Amino acid sequence: MTNSKRLYELLSSMRFAVSVLTVLGIASIIGTVLKQNEPYANYVIQFGQFWFDLFEMLGLYDVYHSAWFLVILVFLVASTSLCIYRNTPLMLKELRAYREQVTEKSLHAFSHQHEYATGENLDKTKQDLSHFLTARGFRFRTVKHKDGSELIAAKAGSYQRLGYIFTHAAIVIICIGGLMDGNVPLKVEELFGQKTVESRDIPANEVPKKSRLSVSNLSFRANMTLPEGASADVAFQRVRDGYMVQELPFSIALTDFRIEHYPTGQPKSFESDLVIIDPDLKEPLKHTISVNHPLIYKGIAIYQSDFQDGGSKLNFDVWGILSAEAKPIPVEGAIFGKTEFGAGADGLQLEFIDFRKFNILNLSLDGKGKPHNVGPNVTFKVRDTAGQAKEYVNYMQPLQLDGRYYFVSGMRSSPQEEFKYLRIPADSNFEMQGFMRMRAVLFNKALHQEIAHRFALKALKPGDDAAIKTKFEASVVQLLGAFGDGGFAEIAKLIDASVPKAQREAAAQTYIKIITGVASEAYQLSQERAGIKNVKVDENTQAFLQDSLNAISDLFFYGEPIYLQMTKFEQREASGLQLTRSPGKNLVYSGSVLLVLGIFAMIYIRERRIWLLIKPQQQTVLFAMSANRKNRDFEIEFNRYQSQLSALLQR
Amino acid sequence: MATKQNLTPTNINDDPVPFFSQLGWKDWLYAIVLIASTVIAYSKYSQFMDVYETTFLFGAGVVFSLLGWCWKPVRLLLVGIATLSLFSINLYHGDLDSVNKVFFLKFLIGSQTAVMWMNVLFVLAMLTYWFALFARSAFTGKVATSLTWAAVLMGFVGLMVRWYESYLIAPDVGHIPLSNLYEVFILFCLITSLMYLYYEQRYATKQLGGFVMLVVSAAVGFILWYTFSRHANGIQPLVPALQSYWMKIHVPANFIGYGAFSLAAMVASAYLLVDKEILVSRLPAADVLDDLMYKAISVGFAFFTIATILGAVWAAEAWGGYWSWDAKETWALIVWLNYAAWLHLRLVKGLRGPMLAWWALIGLLVTTFAFLGVNMFLSGLHSYGTL
Ligand code: HEM
Repeated sequence: MTNSKRLYELLSSMRFAVSVLTVLGIASIIGTVLKQNEPYANYVIQFGQFWFDLFEMLGLYDVYHSAWFLVILVFLVASTSLCIYRNTPLMLKELRAYREQVTEKSLHAFSHQHEYATGENLDKTKQDLSHFLTARGFRFRTVKHKDGSELIAAKAGSYQRLGYIFTHAAIVIICIGGLMDGNVPLKVEELFGQKTVESRDIPANEVPKKSRLSVSNLSFRANMTLPEGASADVAFQRVRDGYMVQELPFSIALTDFRIEHYPTGQPKSFESDLVIIDPDLKEPLKHTISVNHPLIYKGIAIYQSDFQDGGSKLNFDVWGILSAEAKPIPVEGAIFGKTEFGAGADGLQLEFIDFRKFNILNLSLDGKGKPHNVGPNVTFKVRDTAGQAKEYVNYMQPLQLDGRYYFVSGMRSSPQEEFKYLRIPADSNFEMQGFMRMRAVLFNKALHQEIAHRFALKALKPGDDAAIKTKFEASVVQLLGAFGDGGFAEIAKLIDASVPKAQREAAAQTYIKIITGVASEAYQLSQERAGIKNVKVDENTQAFLQDSLNAISDLFFYGEPIYLQMTKFEQREASGLQLTRSPGKNLVYSGSVLLVLGIFAMIYIRERRIWLLIKPQQQTVLFAMSANRKNRDFEIEFNRYQSQLSALLQR
Repeated sequence: MATKQNLTPTNINDDPVPFFSQLGWKDWLYAIVLIASTVIAYSKYSQFMDVYETTFLFGAGVVFSLLGWCWKPVRLLLVGIATLSLFSINLYHGDLDSVNKVFFLKFLIGSQTAVMWMNVLFVLAMLTYWFALFARSAFTGKVATSLTWAAVLMGFVGLMVRWYESYLIAPDVGHIPLSNLYEVFILFCLITSLMYLYYEQRYATKQLGGFVMLVVSAAVGFILWYTFSRHANGIQPLVPALQSYWMKIHVPANFIGYGAFSLAAMVASAYLLVDKEILVSRLPAADVLDDLMYKAISVGFAFFTIATILGAVWAAEAWGGYWSWDAKETWALIVWLNYAAWLHLRLVKGLRGPMLAWWALIGLLVTTFAFLGVNMFLSGLHSYGTL
């Protein structure tokens, strides 16, 4: 055997085909276990630099587009094509042939055969037998032999063979279609250095030619984010850790993006009103797309894929949460924009990242309650002059937790962390003012004496002497001072520093009792200063005060000395579109139809052959049967025919 | 496939009778009732239906007629489902809260109750099948079969009524109950059992019921866990990606595949027992088991192929590409490749015996992972059925 012959034998062999199927299966698994196409930084964090480099070299971050994966597919196509090439001539021959050349000797050697004695009337026998075969769906040919005997060669279900051809041709067609729509041409161009991936964050029109794909690009799958009112004529194709710019033969404008919701708050539909602007069109084409209903224009399918903020305008009240100031400072901002707050060394930069009008959350503690819409939130970063940034997510409306209402803000110092939440209790008007006023009073050292005085009036009996009163007031002022410097943590430090170990537990309880009492005074004072008279302190207020003290203690861990309370928003949405051109799609679909036809043919058509050799001299008929797949059905059928023939021939 | 042989004197040669001549008056009555019902439904509701729904309606009339003609018990099942479902729907009087008030709905044929009955009946059927196997009792075997049919009936009634309930929540929430794990698990139980019942009749053997009902009962266990521990049995509105006609054929086709593969795996386990000379006298012969296993896998393979293709067509519409190498798609491919290799080795290499049985059994693990594991462990675009 020559080498090329041997290679042909190998590639077209079953063994090789099954091996390729196995390898393809395993390779596919890798891609599902390792998250694909994440930003590369995530992989570095996950695996460390060494493994990251190794995995990148192996193309594991985009397995299905890596060169070695394509090679497997090419082998599959090659192996299947050769297999078809090798088997088809035989199959077609089998499909047509009646095999009327069989000899009596070979019929006797069949595992399924039987010989009958029969009457003299040759014509009647022949007629009976051909009727028998036709009624059972067999087609046949008759040959007369020199010795006077006649052979009827019959067959049924020959189209099973077509099943083989269809199925395997379908595999090849589907793979070719898939490879056409894959990024093979791009891969080749990259290999020869004609194209490079862009990874800088620069405007589309500044992306150099080497990273641009022309309008004539045969197949692509690219994305475009269009804010309402904007238009674009390029899309972005993600490639590994960067992108390429795909130019389009027309431009798309978004006039409106809508999300409809079910009564429960879950999204019901995403819709974009698009306008296609194309010099080839007499007037712009208006069309609304939604999920499952794309628009196909000039061979490019435009899908509704996702949505995001398109630069909503937002208004905030900024509270200096660690100051004694009771009034907020209004600030404006827009998503993707930056706003300076304060100046000099204390200056902060607010970077607005995302705004969401609807947030479906399940706030019940045990997770058994129903999720519902809790209203808008905003995600932003606060960057200090040293360049350090913390990320926050603030909800506009108070959320109900445990039956009470809180303004909630999440904070984290890096994207790997989970958000930690600050809960600020809403006052009786469901506003933040109540808390903020009280916080201002508690942080105002000038007012501590006044609070302590008021508290002493209530806590001490009128008869207590002045010295005790002064001493008591002084210790309350000290306590307030400590709380104002660092919340409960500072008080704990105070206790650790000044109380012997054995009495600390008791002291802590006393201090907390005092702080709670003092808080009530501080609250009343804050309300009076805001011009509210006759402040009542009831059970609700008590809970509010407790929550407020906890919140004030948490403020010291909030990271930045400001709290952004969203007051107004003007939403501007952006629609995420996916644009694809896939010329291989029709191949894939027609291959699929062929595949289904082929598989059903292979499974449900059973190829069987029958030979009936009529020998007038001996007055016998030899019956033999075979099938290309001898299974149980075949045995049953043979036995049935055997007995039916016996009844027929012995009549 | 009809195997009934007509042995009247006119058919002296014992020739196979053409399909339509085999149909009796019951078959025709059944088909007429079915088609009449679709026509009535159409005349009553056509103003709410678009071209797809009209096609589905009449398509269902034809498909179920054929199904009933080919496999007679389906006729009775369908009549039973229709009667009970209509009766149940009638009791609602358009008010969801009736479930808690009306006796029949609360204890028998409200959607969740009917599903509970299905659960109970399936488990009972399994126990009865096993008892019949060990006691060699033909009568108990018949009882087990009836229990299975009853479970299938209740399951379908549960789904039909649930379908109606979803429209009571709000007209725009209404949808066919094939859209979350709870619903598809019910479908899985029903399809697997129906397929088993078909083969039970064709092979005239009830000994495999205990084996097959084992997977069905496992699925029942999942439904119960999902209901009581996760409270995930509620009707949720459809997210936009699921609002597609493809879903309505993709999902059932998939579950015919999953059901057939499970059936094959359970038959394979029986085969392995017989191979090890365990329960040999009680179980069917090895060649029968082998044949059944092959049939189940080929049916499963054919439908799984269709399902995967439909999935690709749907993905092309919803996600912008017929193949995105999303985890669920990829695992579907792996399952498919696995059974393609199985069929090759059997058909081309003529491989038989315990090796293939073990493979079919392990195939079930792969299939289960594709069906459940992907939702639990891997992330992807498939937006429904997270655990
Ligand atoms: C992805 C690749 C392939 C797939 C999905 C595939 C699929 C199939 C299927 C579904 C069957 C029919 C089994 C049945 O009757 O139910 C089959 C049969 C067969 N396959 Fe493949 N096949 C592939 C590649 C190959 C290759 C490369 C060869 C070459 C050695 C091959 C040779 C055969 C043969 C000879 C048969 C039996 C035909 C018969 O006896 O009727 N297959 N294949």
